Amino acid sequence: MSIPANLVYTKDHEWAQCANGMATIGITDYAQHSLGDITFVELPKVGTKVKKSEQFAVVESVKAASDVYAPVSGEIVTINEALAASPERINTSPYDEGWFVVVRMSDEKEVSGLLNSAAYQKYIEGLH
Amino acid sequence: METKLLTTPLFLKHQQLHAQIAPFSGWSMPIQYEGILAEHVWTRTNASVFDICHMGEFLLTGTFSESGLDKVVTMRLDDMVDGECRYGFMLNKKAGIIDDLVVYRIAVDQWMLVVNAGTTPNDEANLRKNLTAHCRVENISNETAKLDVQGPLARKVLEELVGRDVRRLAYYRFSHFHLLGEHVLVSRTGYTGELGYEIYITASKAEELWDLILKNPGVKPAGLGCRDTLRLEMCYPLYGHDIDEVHNPLEAGLGRFVYFGKEFIGSQELMKIFQAGPQRRMAFFKADSRRAPRQGYAIRMQGKDVGVVTSGSFSPSLSCGIAMGYVESEWCRVGLEATLAGASAEISSTSVEKPFYKRGSARSEGV
Repeated sequence: MSIPANLVYTKDHEWAQCANGMATIGITDYAQHSLGDITFVELPKVGTKVKKSEQFAVVESVKAASDVYAPVSGEIVTINEALAASPERINTSPYDEGWFVVVRMSDEKEVSGLLNSAAYQKYIEGLH
Repeated sequence: METKLLTTPLFLKHQQLHAQIAPFSGWSMPIQYEGILAEHVWTRTNASVFDICHMGEFLLTGTFSESGLDKVVTMRLDDMVDGECRYGFMLNKKAGIIDDLVVYRIAVDQWMLVVNAGTTPNDEANLRKNLTAHCRVENISNETAKLDVQGPLARKVLEELVGRDVRRLAYYRFSHFHLLGEHVLVSRTGYTGELGYEIYITASKAEELWDLILKNPGVKPAGLGCRDTLRLEMCYPLYGHDIDEVHNPLEAGLGRFVYFGKEFIGSQELMKIFQAGPQRRMAFFKADSRRAPRQGYAIRMQGKDVGVVTSGSFSPSLSCGIAMGYVESEWCRVGLEATLAGASAEISSTSVEKPFYKRGSARSEGV
């Protein structure tokens, strides 16, 4: 299970890469593996305000639909439009081609409340 | 009450292959190995082997004309020949579907019935209640393993297993072949829409056969996850979801598996429904997007709820959502726009002819 050291994580298995007031957000390798083949993603429109820990996207696998929660609050400034036609990128490249959105953070202090890679690693080990 | 899940003779094999395992109809079954999409595509283009040991088998022995079998099932039996199988139903008195099944005529006085896993105990009770003393009923489910080989390359796979004679098997025919020191029954049947065979072998030989089939590099294991997407693309009903005791074969669009030239349990009620026309009918919907409709979604047409989805999924072959469900009969027409609505999703779709997937190789003949 890949857990890059330069990202921060939630217990709902989202990741965020935070720099210069912006956060790129996606779901973790653990999440994509648990979901199985992802067949559909619903992303918010650019300009939508999202709130930390609230649902902002939906991913569907063949078997089920799952909500995705915002790791930080802010406004959506970019969405990964390639996911509409190729949601399998979330499976093949969860931290790179499979990113969901970029958020302009409204409260950068929220980042310190997220898990670092070691803490997330420990958390998912505890799930088994 | 918690009951222990049953396992098939191949359970260890699935664990060794790191299959994702989940409960299905009281059984602990492999849902996927490599992934549902990959297994689906592989079955449509090569050949896959499925562990279907959970399904039930009954062996019926006794003089056919006095057995009562003709009254218990809806399909025509009196014109069947040895080595032929046929799909149909067992109904209750109200014409509700107790189970869908395939009957195999081994000889005029020996028949095999293949039924769903979850319904096997109820089916057995129904058979014992309604078959006469002239018919011996044996539940051979535990000692019978069933492995399905499905996909356009299945004929080649079977040829390597049992020899060239398997080429002569036509669709819905079966024969016995020498395999692993046994006489095994092989039928040209399946639930995927592809050319395929179902192999019935003694349970103690299941692992050996599984390994032997997988030695063929053209074959991969496939789980129940893709079996479901494959069958839904073909619009084959899944018992407990699309058909059950409160639905009858006519409204399910499966009237061609009912023979009104004989009397059977439920036939009088079913004839009344036939004459009046069913009030609801199974309809099929193709979504405008990749979003998957799910069981229980409302089917909405012109702002009115006219039905309910019984099965829905993403279709790997069509790359869009697909669904089937019952609608009020007046709304069962091709080319209508429908919104499939769940708690958190509203999916635009159009009603279409069945099947969704039209290039299946199930009936293709060899060269």
